[in-house]
Amino acid sequence: MALLEIENLSVEFPTRAGTVYAVEGMTMKLDQGEILGVVGESGSGKSMTMLALMGLVPFPGKIRADKLMFNGHNLLTISERERRKIIGKDVAMIFQEPTTSLNPCFTIGFQLAETLKFHEGMSSKQARNRAIELLEQVGIPAPEGRLKAFPHQLSGGMNQRVMIAMAIACNPKFLIADEPTTALDVTIQAQILNLLTSLQRDRNMAMVLITHNMGVVAETAHRMMVMYAGQIMEEATASDLFNRPQHPYTNALLAALPERAVGGRLATIPGVVPGLADRPKGCLFSPRCQFATDRCVAERPDLSLWQHGSLRCFYPLGDAEREQKIKTDHLIGAEANQ
Amino acid sequence: MTVQASTPTQSHEQMSAPPHPFREFWGYFSANKGAVAGLVFISILVFCILFADLIAPYGFSGSNTDIRLTPPVWQEGGSFAHILGTDAIGRDMFSRLIYGTRYSLAIGAMVVALSIIVGTTLGLVAGFARGMVETVILRVMDIILTLPSLLLALVIVAILGSGLYNAVIAVAVVILPHYVRLVRASVITETAKDYVTAARVAGAGRLRLMFREVLPNCLAPLIVQASLGMSTAILDTAALGFLGLGAQPPLPEWGTMLADAREFIGADYWWVVTLPGIAILLTVVAFNLLGDGLRDALDPKLKS
Repeated sequence: MALLEIENLSVEFPTRAGTVYAVEGMTMKLDQGEILGVVGESGSGKSMTMLALMGLVPFPGKIRADKLMFNGHNLLTISERERRKIIGKDVAMIFQEPTTSLNPCFTIGFQLAETLKFHEGMSSKQARNRAIELLEQVGIPAPEGRLKAFPHQLSGGMNQRVMIAMAIACNPKFLIADEPTTALDVTIQAQILNLLTSLQRDRNMAMVLITHNMGVVAETAHRMMVMYAGQIMEEATASDLFNRPQHPYTNALLAALPERAVGGRLATIPGVVPGLADRPKGCLFSPRCQFATDRCVAERPDLSLWQHGSLRCFYPLGDAEREQKIKTDHLIGAEANQ
Repeated sequence: MTVQASTPTQSHEQMSAPPHPFREFWGYFSANKGAVAGLVFISILVFCILFADLIAPYGFSGSNTDIRLTPPVWQEGGSFAHILGTDAIGRDMFSRLIYGTRYSLAIGAMVVALSIIVGTTLGLVAGFARGMVETVILRVMDIILTLPSLLLALVIVAILGSGLYNAVIAVAVVILPHYVRLVRASVITETAKDYVTAARVAGAGRLRLMFREVLPNCLAPLIVQASLGMSTAILDTAALGFLGLGAQPPLPEWGTMLADAREFIGADYWWVVTLPGIAILLTVVAFNLLGDGLRDALDPKLKS
């Protein structure tokens, strides 16, 4: 049985101008010991999906789902108190900004011990020893001395390590890393990623790695999910997604990587992510897609299995009859973009 | 072995550690001379509150009409027996002013404490609940703000009846909106930060989030507002006392003393009127200076 199962999850925000969908028709599964990379532009619903899972969608957001199962618990029907117990112990989260993800008013030792006392029922002394052990595990030198440090006395990289120590303190089954390296400088990024993957392997945790840096996930994730405007566009194993992207959006994202640019101008995706007012009726990517046809504008594709992985497109790349199909449905994308 | 290995790094750590928070605070605070002066004056007042019985040469209520309206010592007819003179029924002004700290200052402290407790709670609730609850709380606070403060205090005293404690409640309600708005604003900024989400992920309940995680981070502006609020509170209670709705005679509350001396305004007996007024003035100025100094020391935006 999968550790995490989400079926048809939507997160909606009622606004005066209508309902905004932060996440729409999200379906995913995650097994023990698996790393899922979630990539997408800002505002594509990456983080919101995870917050929804934990019941932390900010006011006035609403969650709707057909299924929301974690470790055999149905999170849709569970009481607030029970959810806090399960989520607090078995799910942990690491954030983008290490300097604000620790409470500035308390020492890191206090914050670590607090979690341990609450969820593991440890005594103060046990918690202190365990905190030292944890700090050592995440590679903080002289952990005894650091216990009394406040977050502002540590560097960003150190704070992120402390945050990771806090996240793994209760041996979670599922770790969410929400852009864990975005705010760190490049040399630290690799260290933090290595630390995360080694911890993940040792503890056989399931991990979701949210990022907008394709390079970060390429080396760490087993499976990848590309999100756009609240919807999954493509899902495949990491190597398939990078070597044989099937969705035009994934392809465009990969082409826009500076690492892949060979001479000439860096490829970009024209246009912007649709907002509330200009949300297309058809495929969400159609206004920016090079290959959009009349059908793309009129009709929204479903997430369906195709060759290796699943995707949301009428004309997947690698389809032999693709060109023919596009021609019959009257290509409009290219004109719009030229 | 591990102990030996880590000892040198640790001692190095402690040497280069930043100064203790209190020392850092004092560094910023003492740079403001006015604030230090305010602190000194307030310390003297606190000393008076604690040891009024020892300092004051006479009690505050014993009247003696034989020596009524004795001028202060430096004026013709004054004597060292009554350094600051006596009032209309022969009570020693100096003693009354000393005892007055117990009422004026203590009232100020009570008012501020009361509105901090209620205001912080309402502010936290408004900041966390959002939606309807927040709107209701804030609109009520807005209504309180639209009424002139003294007028509203008068209305509340009129409803509750005059007296020291009712005056405290009235003034506390009047200055309440400042705390509610201040706390709510800080709560909203703080809850947007990741550590609050982190705490929620870790399973923290609502009350815990409010009081343990967020409140300590909102304290700095609250402390500043409290010290500035003291002066407003003292002034407002004195005003209520002056109007005869606060502390009742013979209590030597400074505002009440002023009210008793109303008939001598413009007469030759200036000390009966002027001295309580000066006491109020100096105290209010001292608290304002202290508040400024605290803001310099506690507000991260003003730190260089």
